[in-house]
Amino acid sequence: MITFISVKKPVVVGKDLEVVAVAVTKKTHNNRELAQLLAAASCALIGGISPIVNAADSWDVDSAFLLYSESDGRVSAAEPVISATKNYDEETKLTFKIAADTLTGASPNGATASDHVQIFTSPSGKSSYNATTGEQPLDDTFKDTRIALSSNWTAPIDRDWAYGVGGYLSKEHDYQSLGVNGSLTRYLNQKNTTLTLGLNLSNDTVNPEGGIPTGLIQVPLNNLGSEFTQRSDAENKNLIDAVFGVTQIINRKTIMQFNYALSTSSGYLTDPYKIISVIDDNAGTNYGGNFQSSGRDLYLYEKRPDSRLKQSIYWQTKYQFDNDDILDVSYRYMFDDWGVNSHTIDAKYRFRFDNQYLEPQLRWYTQSKADFYHRYLNSSDYTNADFASADYRLGDLDTYTLGLKYGYKFADETELYTRFSLYHQESSGDKGYGKLTSQELYPGLDAAMLILGYKF
Amino acid sequence: MRKIIHIVGLLSLPIIVSGCSDMGVKPWERDILAQQEMNLISDPIESSLNDHIYFSKEASSGGQGFGGGGCGCN
Repeated sequence: MITFISVKKPVVVGKDLEVVAVAVTKKTHNNRELAQLLAAASCALIGGISPIVNAADSWDVDSAFLLYSESDGRVSAAEPVISATKNYDEETKLTFKIAADTLTGASPNGATASDHVQIFTSPSGKSSYNATTGEQPLDDTFKDTRIALSSNWTAPIDRDWAYGVGGYLSKEHDYQSLGVNGSLTRYLNQKNTTLTLGLNLSNDTVNPEGGIPTGLIQVPLNNLGSEFTQRSDAENKNLIDAVFGVTQIINRKTIMQFNYALSTSSGYLTDPYKIISVIDDNAGTNYGGNFQSSGRDLYLYEKRPDSRLKQSIYWQTKYQFDNDDILDVSYRYMFDDWGVNSHTIDAKYRFRFDNQYLEPQLRWYTQSKADFYHRYLNSSDYTNADFASADYRLGDLDTYTLGLKYGYKFADETELYTRFSLYHQESSGDKGYGKLTSQELYPGLDAAMLILGYKF
Repeated sequence: MRKIIHIVGLLSLPIIVSGCSDMGVKPWERDILAQQEMNLISDPIESSLNDHIYFSKEASSGGQGFGGGGCGCN
């Protein structure tokens, strides 16, 4: 999340820079301010792009609080975020950001629902939890607190070039992430075209409860099992992200952006807490039921490849109508070497009134499953699998977000806003056989989000 | 299919860039675009919160910038 802000920002900052070069004041809402803006723009034209007034040496604070809650007692989260930007001049900024989140609730462990009560070993191996007949197996030991810090510096190099550098640290009890990033921006065509190249490097460490489980091995009964005793404490993964973006001003009311992004990750990419059921495909009374091994239901730890290459193409357009309303539409196509393809369309329409605005939002996302995604494995050939995951987030998935945002801008340009949105997920796939067909293998998910934000 | 997308993407870049030289506005025509609401990401904190949620619930991330990451939520 932090990476997002620190490098995504330069793309925006790029636009800020071209804007401030002529505009000085960015928070402009009424005609009087427009007049001042035009005057400032003229000054900038005459006097070059030297800093003039106003923004210099001021702090902008942007804060928000998120409440997130999933249906059926699944995950809920609370996350306060605060970011402060010091403006040295119109083009030179230093931003600090701190976010904290607390997650509690239950998360699907990957196993299928069953015709009998299922008992699962907790990730630490120190306890167990149950799923009743026909119930989606949820690991209710899921709990996490995270603190994330980031900082970003952007400044011009000369008239046509600007740069940004940043770093971040994110810490949970079982996950750490450390990253650095940089960006380079080039302005063309009287700053109507902006080219941005961003690079992000991150080193993450996974140190799960109970250690690193062995992929595709039977989940032991408890932490006295031999599999537990030979585990390593932690594994690493490295991420390299690069984004190349073109931002183009189309006309007085339209701005457009195209991005191509490349992301590689290598190392331990498996989710250490996810398991997968093995289903009995031998003819007989247990056909389609849980396969037994060592006198109990067989569950394997999931295993994913140790590298992933993602690519995406992103397009966004923002258009202001004659009545000042704003339409913001974006589309993203993403594909990776795990076999996942996805399309995302996001549309927002901002109705603007004097000091207030109302913004409905609609987002649609669809993805195809990863090559190694299996809702379950069969008893006859599970030993042949190289990789397998039953994580629904790697399966065929459609999601919808419906949101409504309301904002109020005070005379001193501070802003208070709130946004409520509903998020719905639908999974689909292979329905199983025998006893398994009577189980709900792809339960949907509903979540509600409330954001309260204040900028000053 | 992927190769075709790559090639088309690479070929279209210069067209986009050179074609764009005819577009745009003069510096004194930037009043509307200078509004904070017209920034491509006008609410960075809200965007980061949304991306955090989508990153933890879906297999895709990023695109607009470096989405997601930095947490063990996926």
